[in-house]
Amino acid sequence: MILEINNLSVGFHTYRGDVKAVRGVTFNVDEGEIVGIVGESGCGKSVTAHAVMGLLPEENSFINQGNIKLLGEDITNKSNKEMAKLRGTSMAMIFQDPMTSLNPVLTIGQQMTEGIIKSKGLSKKAAYEEALALLKRVGIPKAEERMKAYPHEFSGGMRQRVMIAMALICRPKLLFADEPTTALDVTIQAQILELLDELRREMKMSIVLVSHDLGVIARICDRVNVMYAGRIVESGPVGEIFHNPQHPYTRGLLNSLPRVDKVDDTELPVIEGHPPDLLYDIKGCSFAPRCGDAMKVCAACRPNNENMGKEHCVECWLPVRDREEGHDE
Amino acid sequence: MNNIEIPNNKPLLSVKNLKKHFVTKKNFFGHPKEYAYSLNGISFDINKGETLGLVGESGCGKTTAGRTIMGIYKPTAGEVYLHGERLDLSKGPEKRIQMIFQDPYACLNPRMTVGEIISEPLEINHVYDDNKAKLQRVYELLELVGLSREQANRFPHEFSGGQRQRIGIARALAVNPDIIICDEPISALDVSIQAQVVNLMRRLQKELGLTYLFIAHDLAMVKYISDRVAVMYMGAIMELADAEELYRNPLHPYTKSLLAAIPVPDPDIRQDISSIKGEIGTGDMTGCPFAPRCNKASDKCFKEMPAIKNVEGHQIACHSI
Repeated sequence: MILEINNLSVGFHTYRGDVKAVRGVTFNVDEGEIVGIVGESGCGKSVTAHAVMGLLPEENSFINQGNIKLLGEDITNKSNKEMAKLRGTSMAMIFQDPMTSLNPVLTIGQQMTEGIIKSKGLSKKAAYEEALALLKRVGIPKAEERMKAYPHEFSGGMRQRVMIAMALICRPKLLFADEPTTALDVTIQAQILELLDELRREMKMSIVLVSHDLGVIARICDRVNVMYAGRIVESGPVGEIFHNPQHPYTRGLLNSLPRVDKVDDTELPVIEGHPPDLLYDIKGCSFAPRCGDAMKVCAACRPNNENMGKEHCVECWLPVRDREEGHDE
Repeated sequence: MNNIEIPNNKPLLSVKNLKKHFVTKKNFFGHPKEYAYSLNGISFDINKGETLGLVGESGCGKTTAGRTIMGIYKPTAGEVYLHGERLDLSKGPEKRIQMIFQDPYACLNPRMTVGEIISEPLEINHVYDDNKAKLQRVYELLELVGLSREQANRFPHEFSGGQRQRIGIARALAVNPDIIICDEPISALDVSIQAQVVNLMRRLQKELGLTYLFIAHDLAMVKYISDRVAVMYMGAIMELADAEELYRNPLHPYTKSLLAAIPVPDPDIRQDISSIKGEIGTGDMTGCPFAPRCNKASDKCFKEMPAIKNVEGHQIACHSI
């Protein structure tokens, strides 16, 4: 097991009170697999990724329960120094906007070699060769020339390739990709996804892909976690989630997407209302106020995480499967 | 599709060879030295009651097209006709054309109440002399977009993204425009909220007989809302056809690869994503702008811009077809 997250909760102190952004998240990542975390803005998907990387803002965030195990070692309470060592070597992260993660006043070559020299202790020349090989591997044309270029001279897609190359320097076992293609055009997005898929096969790397786009998740993930209001409400193999969604939220999300490969002219089914304010504790199911089939129990108690078979788990009092068997009381 | 009768077959809005070049560099004397060729002569018609989708990747000129038609930018060349009458775009924005913007957070003045925001276009255009009638109209508009009249006294920050976009729609509807240009109206919203706003836009179109120019990069949503779709690439229209037809039977190589690149929310359809190689270029070229990335490109494609021709009901600009 590469990564085990057990009942993790993360909160932030704000002037309005403590926002509980992640509320007991549990999931695993195996070697060489791509695990997707999908959900709408504010559901806690990025916060989960940042917590594992140790990148939460120190001044106002806290982990109040749960633990994170990386390669069998508990890293929940590691110091900043220890985490900095892990970042880059055992795990790495790429972000939505590559421009803000690159230093605008250094050339790509300088930034890449700096990292290689620091982490691997290579000579300048060897580091240069290594950086060049990585840039070529991620598909940057004319890599020798591009080593001398500054970040602003690259297009969005090329910058994301550079970020991926930098993340690969120490051959991490685990790569977090936080909305890696959201800022890119569809044709470029397809290229980047293809690259990620190739790399994990080649390097036997595990990837956690955080995205709001169900299409992106469906394209490359092996397993999917659907998050809503700080909890994983449904998880399972990608085929199960997309073809046999059990949670009404997952179902609602999938239904509200128009499809390019299908003909439809009816009104899009919508999920009424909006997500809850995470400042407050939620006693029952967090989706109950928006759920068309909410029962009394949904507002009163939180549903258990029920296993539906085939590693498909759902947190709902009335999963879709049970409904179709005829549930009228 | 919409079967609305078109009197005399005259399109509501007609765009003829519209061009917009921005000056990006000036020489010592302040004369233009370099241009960005954002729009290189686009032409299309929009009929009353229909939705024309305008899609393309970022930087292809779709937003520039919307803004130039509205009169926010002064066109370099070309004409825009509304009801067959030529618009003088140098006079600034035209009242009969309104716009819904992409960012629902940036397009509403945070210091104005929602009521003031919606009544502003009414004031600027002197629609009502009477304050009471104006207020009545504001209430009517709020209810039309699914908000309540009590919310007229609130400020934009008290609303969620989806609600703000509703306010933007109410503002665009205030002066009863003939056509509404929607510039990426839903791309800043969450998936579950997008469907709510799109349903609202479709309902309003049915009830009020609105005409939309829907600019977006989300091809699935464009297909869903549009009657016809135009695909743009680097300032030129590559293909224009009925929405269903375009998605079922794309003819232009660019449209084909663009459609192949969309991720479909179905893990069984992991289509071949070897799609398009390379990236969008920089403009300023004589031939077909897509030629450097096209796998069917011949010498002719690099030398000569293909003219728009009619093939199987598609308007298409390509030498290879």
